[in-house]
Amino acid sequence: MSALIEFQGFNKFFGQAQVLKGIDLSVQSGEVVVILGPSGCGKSTLLRCLNGLEVAHSGSLRFAGSELLDKHTDWRQVRQDIGMVFQSYHLFPHMSVLDNILLGPLKVQKRDPREARAQAEQLLERVGLADKRDAFPRQLSGGQQQRIAIVRSLCMNPQVMLFDEVTAALDPEMVKEVLEVIQGLARDGMTLLIVTHEMAFARAVADRVVFMEAGRILEYNTPEAFFTNPQTARAQQFLEKFSFVSTLPKKSKEPELI
Amino acid sequence: MASSGLELLWVSLPQLGKGAAQTLSISFLSIAFSTVGGVLYGVLRTLNNRVINAVLRVYLELFRAIPVLVWLYLLFFGLPIFFGLSLPSFWCAVLVLSLWGASEVGEVVRGALHSLPRGQREAGLSIGLSAPQLYGYVLLPQALKRMTPPTINVYTRIIKTSSLAVLIGVVDVIKVGQQIIERTYESVLIYGALFLFFFFICYPLSAASKVLERRWAQA
Repeated sequence: MSALIEFQGFNKFFGQAQVLKGIDLSVQSGEVVVILGPSGCGKSTLLRCLNGLEVAHSGSLRFAGSELLDKHTDWRQVRQDIGMVFQSYHLFPHMSVLDNILLGPLKVQKRDPREARAQAEQLLERVGLADKRDAFPRQLSGGQQQRIAIVRSLCMNPQVMLFDEVTAALDPEMVKEVLEVIQGLARDGMTLLIVTHEMAFARAVADRVVFMEAGRILEYNTPEAFFTNPQTARAQQFLEKFSFVSTLPKKSKEPELI
Repeated sequence: MASSGLELLWVSLPQLGKGAAQTLSISFLSIAFSTVGGVLYGVLRTLNNRVINAVLRVYLELFRAIPVLVWLYLLFFGLPIFFGLSLPSFWCAVLVLSLWGASEVGEVVRGALHSLPRGQREAGLSIGLSAPQLYGYVLLPQALKRMTPPTINVYTRIIKTSSLAVLIGVVDVIKVGQQIIERTYESVLIYGALFLFFFFICYPLSAASKVLERRWAQA
């Protein structure tokens, strides 16, 4: 079976700076790939190239058998098949929750309003927000907004979902409710590309971990192998930073018993 | 004196009314065209197309740098000479005020669109919206709040600036007033009436823009 998504020798520049250098990555249908790496390593840019928010420079990027770097690519069609969820949700503030979700299905896909609405309500039910259908984004917490943003993408019935640090802007208490939704999607066999700094989540949800630094992929591995026995020194160093916090020495000494 | 003054205003009312109708129709048409043109300008400027931007900036600077009065003279006397096209003074005034107003409204629209978070555009694109859908459903409705108060201010300036049309021969409310003054020498009375006319048209507009600004600043 050929891969659903396939980057080959993929390059991307911002002006003079090359931010993606010869990326090779293939993702099978139904696979969950988590991309890890320090800030500025190109993880987010990689996702954004996949749905045309960034324009690639050279190389090859195939999706479902067709070359996306081709001039004739219909990005509007591709974006319906590749959903994207952003760090800061980006819900449309002037629309109710239901209008946010239905804009794409009704205006882009021209679907039957009753059928689309039924799906939207079913998805809202699934993320536990059925009672918020008429609320406006400003009335919702960050975690709720992010779950709505996920539903907005899902309601387009995409083949792939891209998650770009979707919990990075959330209060710690709300991270869980969002990650649970993503985990549910993974369990249902959806193809997911996830950029995150939640290491425990990455380990739990990933079929495969990709470690990037400075625009290159340094390591492809299974989550267990990556987290217990990383192949590269750089990945090891990266992971140490995350375990550093839990091994910090306490500031004050234990009070002595007199 | 007071009673004869009021009497003069009373008998002049039909004449002044005709002038006022000219002033208001020039203003209203110019406001309508300015709004349509300004939204178009604002949207085009945010497409980040280098050629479109260059052309529109030349247009903007021409209307910023050159007084409206000069534009009026230039088109009123120049069009017949250079293009053999002779516009009636009424339509010449509407044309100049619309082009000028569109550049002013356009900068307001551009600024309002520009101030929206970039993520709104990206979120819209990521669900497959076309450019017209992106602007129509996502960006312009959000920009509307930010652009309405300053746009209303442009409208009051268009109404006031329409008085320049006198100088290319439009018989507007000011011209009518001057004709009455030539006959009766009642300049204070007539200009006082014109003062009230413009005040009662423009003040409610600028008050409305203040109210909207305050209300929307809270939301």
